Amino acid sequence: MIEFSNLDIIRNLLFATQWTILLSLAAFIGGTSVALALTAMRLTGNSAMNMVVRVYVEIFQGTPLLMQMFICFFGLSILGYEISAWSAAILSLTFFTSAFLVEIWRGCIDTLPKGQWEASRCLGLGFLQTLRHIILPQAIRVATAPTVGFSVQVIKGTALASIIGFVELTKVGTMLNNATFEPFKVFSLVAIIYFLLCYPLSWYSKVLEKKFNVSR
Amino acid sequence: MSLVDLHQVHKYYGDFHVLKGIDLSINAGEVISIIGKSGSGKSTLLRCINGLEAYQKGGIVVDGNEVTSEDVQVRRLALSVGMIFQNFNLFPHKTVGENVMLAPTIVLKKSKAEAEKIARNMLEKVGLAEKFDNYPDTLSGGQQQRVAIARALAMSPKVLLCDEITSALDPELVGEVLKVLETLAEEGITLILVTHEMNFAREVGNRVVFMHQGKVWEEGDPKVLLTNPQTDELKQFLGAVL
Repeated sequence: MIEFSNLDIIRNLLFATQWTILLSLAAFIGGTSVALALTAMRLTGNSAMNMVVRVYVEIFQGTPLLMQMFICFFGLSILGYEISAWSAAILSLTFFTSAFLVEIWRGCIDTLPKGQWEASRCLGLGFLQTLRHIILPQAIRVATAPTVGFSVQVIKGTALASIIGFVELTKVGTMLNNATFEPFKVFSLVAIIYFLLCYPLSWYSKVLEKKFNVSR
Repeated sequence: MSLVDLHQVHKYYGDFHVLKGIDLSINAGEVISIIGKSGSGKSTLLRCINGLEAYQKGGIVVDGNEVTSEDVQVRRLALSVGMIFQNFNLFPHKTVGENVMLAPTIVLKKSKAEAEKIARNMLEKVGLAEKFDNYPDTLSGGQQQRVAIARALAMSPKVLLCDEITSALDPELVGEVLKVLETLAEEGITLILVTHEMNFAREVGNRVVFMHQGKVWEEGDPKVLLTNPQTDELKQFLGAVL
């Protein structure tokens, strides 16, 4: 049996952390892209498109992320599409992230006074011009803090990918535990690494919130 | 032909009949004050004139163009109708200068230099030339409303719609805004105001329109109408506000 020194454990965990970060980034980029598209669909005011977005949001907010991952991973392979744990994890995390972001952003756009739309309209600006010059610059200001705050949920969500066999921080933690039988030490270290990843983000989110609350 | 023509305009909010057949015709250069209790439909009427609200029956013609609430139509209308709101609706993320320059640049496709010249002129006119680089939230309510006027004027509208534009202001700030309006009236711009400023209506206005329960209840020369109201409803209203 191989002996694991504390240093070995930490080194292995840090190596796995790269994959957690990579998966988080991929999910966040995928999630924001899809959320942007959904937000655009919603802003058109077309009732059919609105309905599509609402159903999407309800489905992915209303079911556990783990089930979404299972369906992506096992479900698709039953249907004959071989999908790697990595792709299944990204796919399901993208659904999850976008479903929450689109709602967060909707809230941000809705907090802008209706008068901003009306004033723009009275000045002769079209829908897209109003969006680009008036609504989005203000909405982005409001949305930045909660979006950064939500990225913490994405990072923690990646831990579930360990269950479908993707080797990231939690998975390596489990493997090390199986080898060392020191669950308290190993999982404490895992938790500390997650905390070190998440805390700066939630701290930054609070800073942003303060900054944008005070000034324009 | 008159500049603004309303013919039997009806407007419903669901089952609620807000405007019940409004006939009104306004000539270029007139200053019209629309008065009445809240809920009488006066703001709705104003918002129908520039297409912010759709109406269901009748017709509105502004400067030869039929008004509908379709987007394209509203944008064409914006070239001849400006609007000023009770709560200013300035763009808070843009400076005063940028607020005024925005529509000339984007809608009229003027060059930046040209738009800036227009903006400086208009701000000069409302007495705020030195605030060009300030953000709206550093200005008083009266100053913000004057910026809103400058912003509307930058599109050189023929008609300016004013929706209770002094109602959100502290009493000591009302005067400076009314003074700007008075100058505009003297220069011959057509003003349609929904207002509670009876003195302004009397001194500057050419005509007062009293609305009651979605109808034009009484209209006429302000000096006559405000001192010698014909209907009980107007008597009652004036008794309450004067």
